[in-house]
Amino acid sequence: MSGNEIEERLEKGTSLWKDAWLRLRKNKMAMIGLWVVIFIFLTCFVFRWFLPQDPNAVALGNEFAPPSAQHWLGTDQLGRDMLTRILDGGQISLLVAIAATCLTVSIGIIYGGISGYVGGRVDGVMMRIVDGLLAMPFLIVVILFRELIEVRVDLIGKFLTSEWGWDKDFVRRFSNIIPLLLAIAAFGWLTMSRIVRTQTAALKRGEFAEAARSLGLSHFRILFRHILPNMLGPVIIYATLTIPSFILYEATLSFIGLGVEPPNSSWGVLIKEGANYLESNVSMLIFPAVVFSITLFAFNFLGDGLRDALDPKAAKD
Amino acid sequence: MLRFILSRFLQTALVVFCLVSFTHVTIRMIPGNPFADEKAMQPHLRERVAEAFGLNESFGNQFVSWWSNVLTKGDFGLSTSLFGRSVNEILTSAFPVSLTLGLGAMFIALVIGIPSGVIASLRHNGWIDYGSMILAMVGICIPAFVLGPLFQLWIARNVSWLSSAGWERPTDILLPALTLGLAVAAYVARLTRGGMLEVLSQDYIRTARAKGVPGHTIILRHALRPALLPVVTYLGPAFAAVITGSFVVETIFQIPGLGQHFVTAVTSKDYFLLPGLVLFYGCLMGIANLIVDIVLTILNPRLREA
Amino acid sequence: MRVLPVILLSLFSALLLSCDRRSSIAIATEDNILVIGNSNEPKGLDPHLVSGVLESNLIRALFEGLCVDNPSKDGVADKGVAKDWKHSEDYRVWTFYLNEKAKWSDGEPVTAHDFVFSYQRMLNPKLPSKYADMLYFIKGAEEYNKEKNPDPDSIGAKAIDDRTLELTLRGPIPFLPEITKHYTWYPVPRHIILKFSEGDPATPFTGWTKPGNIVSNGPFQLKDWKIKHYIEVERNPHYWDAGNVQLDGIRFLPISNSYTETRMFLDEQLHITYILPPEMIPYAKEHVPAMLRQEDYIGTRYLRINTRRQYLDNVKVRHALACAIDRAQICKSVRGGNEKPASGVVPPFAGYTVPPGASFDPERGRQLLAEAGYPNGEGLPEFKFLTTDRDVSRRMAEAYMAMWREHLNINVRIQQREWTTYLQDQYDGAYDLAGAGWIGDFLYPTTFLDMWTKDNGNNNTGWHSEDYEAKLKESENSIVPEEKLQLLQDAEKIFLADMPIIPVFWYTTNYLIRPEVEGWHPLQLNNHPYKNVSLKRN
Repeated sequence: MSGNEIEERLEKGTSLWKDAWLRLRKNKMAMIGLWVVIFIFLTCFVFRWFLPQDPNAVALGNEFAPPSAQHWLGTDQLGRDMLTRILDGGQISLLVAIAATCLTVSIGIIYGGISGYVGGRVDGVMMRIVDGLLAMPFLIVVILFRELIEVRVDLIGKFLTSEWGWDKDFVRRFSNIIPLLLAIAAFGWLTMSRIVRTQTAALKRGEFAEAARSLGLSHFRILFRHILPNMLGPVIIYATLTIPSFILYEATLSFIGLGVEPPNSSWGVLIKEGANYLESNVSMLIFPAVVFSITLFAFNFLGDGLRDALDPKAAKD
Repeated sequence: MLRFILSRFLQTALVVFCLVSFTHVTIRMIPGNPFADEKAMQPHLRERVAEAFGLNESFGNQFVSWWSNVLTKGDFGLSTSLFGRSVNEILTSAFPVSLTLGLGAMFIALVIGIPSGVIASLRHNGWIDYGSMILAMVGICIPAFVLGPLFQLWIARNVSWLSSAGWERPTDILLPALTLGLAVAAYVARLTRGGMLEVLSQDYIRTARAKGVPGHTIILRHALRPALLPVVTYLGPAFAAVITGSFVVETIFQIPGLGQHFVTAVTSKDYFLLPGLVLFYGCLMGIANLIVDIVLTILNPRLREA
Repeated sequence: MRVLPVILLSLFSALLLSCDRRSSIAIATEDNILVIGNSNEPKGLDPHLVSGVLESNLIRALFEGLCVDNPSKDGVADKGVAKDWKHSEDYRVWTFYLNEKAKWSDGEPVTAHDFVFSYQRMLNPKLPSKYADMLYFIKGAEEYNKEKNPDPDSIGAKAIDDRTLELTLRGPIPFLPEITKHYTWYPVPRHIILKFSEGDPATPFTGWTKPGNIVSNGPFQLKDWKIKHYIEVERNPHYWDAGNVQLDGIRFLPISNSYTETRMFLDEQLHITYILPPEMIPYAKEHVPAMLRQEDYIGTRYLRINTRRQYLDNVKVRHALACAIDRAQICKSVRGGNEKPASGVVPPFAGYTVPPGASFDPERGRQLLAEAGYPNGEGLPEFKFLTTDRDVSRRMAEAYMAMWREHLNINVRIQQREWTTYLQDQYDGAYDLAGAGWIGDFLYPTTFLDMWTKDNGNNNTGWHSEDYEAKLKESENSIVPEEKLQLLQDAEKIFLADMPIIPVFWYTTNYLIRPEVEGWHPLQLNNHPYKNVSLKRN
């Protein structure tokens, strides 16, 4: 074993993640949340392909049909199968939210971590930039991204369909969320970096950080190996909270007409259109909203459980 | 402290300047035309409109004269989407409304959020914990454009002194503030709960407990203050977001606030209203964040050295 | 800490006690004020600068033209500022005799000079007035407006004396009284405009329309205007017919969300809604059938085709696309508001028969497509379908998309854009297919046919035809009313044979109205004269 490896092992401790998993299993709600999330993912991404219905097949004259053997959840305002629309919408919404969360967390941690750790004037300038960007109207950036990116995404889509023979509708469905995703991420990281920055600034004065510094470890190592793991708690809570809020962002954009391209669905679009039928056909709202809310609750409880599991100090009680 | 505030002020001013300039450029880059409506504009009239708004000059000139008007006269220019209305007029009529609504929403968020977060943390992993968290989460698990209509249908229609929408009677603030506040309450509750759990496991709290300090004194005196750190950090941007990001709530409850303008200024390509809004909002944000940082320093002595 | 809840509780109860327990509408009815949804914040109140339907609703309350709408009959011109009028035998010269009691709301008399000033201002090439072409019926108007003749006095509007206005037209227009009901023909207060524009009447956006500044000659005058909040008008004491004005005021609410508007109505906050969204029609039919109105409207929904585009320049492809649209099904399943499937661009008028045009025939569509060289849609690219960002537009676009795919195997891609982008893309010709609609300005077929001429800014299809324009011209110069209509029908036949647009349905108005509102009768233009509306009080 080289010296480097020993140092790495020492830093890691016994097995943070194994302990965390053991603690997570004791938390009932978190485990229910975990299973629900897994179930939703399996249904949307695996089970969906065993269903023969086409979610975009319009059947005028058969609108608002009640649940039947052919349409398990009935049909929507244009006679399309509700179940497959919800599942396909789930694919889009979950992809947007998770990809955007990954992006925002990585950017936020790096930016906020550096800002908080370095401190002083650099910190001041970096945080003012964040403050400034937070004041930027979200919409204008979305529209700008749509105009700038759409053409390029279309080119890639064309390449995939013509050169690699991918299904056109399939490519279209996923490629048109890219501008949306980037636009959401472009704003999502701001709050994340503020939170990380506050935590880092507090933690870098902590005893363990002092200890690491006296050991002569590099700043890079102190920041990413010692300070960042210590604030996984708030970061994970916030990240699990951003998943639902990003699904909502997408929906809010649909509220303004900048969401997923028709005729494809997303949970946001389904709920928003369903809300119009609140008085006349409430099942249009209930089905997507229930799936949506259950998923969000599950994510939230899972996030809570993860926080408790990953934060050894809190778990000692 | 004065030096700190002064340097913060200068930094914020610089960032806001860049931001507003960026807005000026992008609003002209995105497609659309502020004067497009159902009836086509005849070609020879386009120049007349441009003249009336000073758009016939070069962009640089327009930009400079806009800034000099703002800085010397406080004049933000004319709205291109609402004929004959100045941006100042629009801002001054909408801001008090948004501020009232925002304060109401934040009040509701804190009143619901902090107590439920504290209760949840004290009964960690018990049913009260789960129950209060589920309740707090309703606001972020049900979108505002569902919650709003549900309130209108279930509450407003059955309660005579609550209107479905509008901004006429003093009670009209309740439902929109609740819709807006619930979404924030969930975040506040969770951040409070997280912070409390963190703090309650610290040694000094244990010491206090061992010394026999009564439970509620520990919570109110020793635990709550540091536990609210993440909440305070979150409140600054959240407050600003509540003021401008309330487009959905403002549309559903028909409230004449800033949020609507933020969206319609973009969708109707209002060349002068949007920069005006961004400038106004940027300054607001800067102030909100400055206050947050001052409060943070008071709450957490460790940060003072930083 | 204990004091806070007590304070809050007492504040809250004070709040409750201060409130009136009656519904808002009961209070408004008691005050004799009509509360009405008006869809959005108006762009302005200057009749010469605005062009939308919601602005016209406001302007009709504030201003009055030579003739006014009859409260219950279509195509009848009642006396407005003009107490009488006569025309020459060839309908080219009209003389209007103004009511000597007609006054501005500041007490100044309304004179023929105000009308002449008004027309000269609107046609002034320096004023960015989009609707100036509504005045092109006047002789010399087009030349002056398009800077071909710099003399404003050259246009055919003359004040013989203070009370006599003579209009010379470019052709025989027997329906001129109908046109003068449109707000573009209303007088504007010369003394006020000159005061605010420092002498040059063509200065736009001077602020003369702001509350406190504006002076009007209609049954009502502006009382208060809060941006995106409300506009309230009150009785104009100087109105010539003030004794017959029933209401004490009208409150217009700019409610942009139609679902909110309907919910406000159902919660007794509005007398009349601007619109009832299609999703809520079944609910209204079941729960408030007596308050639901579904009336014919002069408007057409159609799909605009960019005939400059490759493939779409082929008339057979255009006809094939038209054949695949199942209009009846769209009216029934997607709209549900009693709309009628449209075969042509002009809705059915009294005396005008719509020529046979578009109809649903997928078999013929496939055959046409094969004849054009694209059997089963092969060889055709994916077209882009431009539409607005509203939910109803989305639903209709999805329905068209499915029909083209099913019947013709043609793929389209839906592009939803914000309103101004959607419009600008069409003006720029940056689209393949677009969902669009047109609402008539007056009750005569030309309001739908004039826009498809070569230079008209609202054409945007790239299509034009000399035969078509010749027929329109011929119709205008004819004096016999039946012949005029026959020629217009011939023109529409030429238009439909080339199919630069695909008619889908003729609009209806769907709205809710409370039973205490009286004097609000079905009108095809939906321009209800407010002076005849009243509220029944207990």
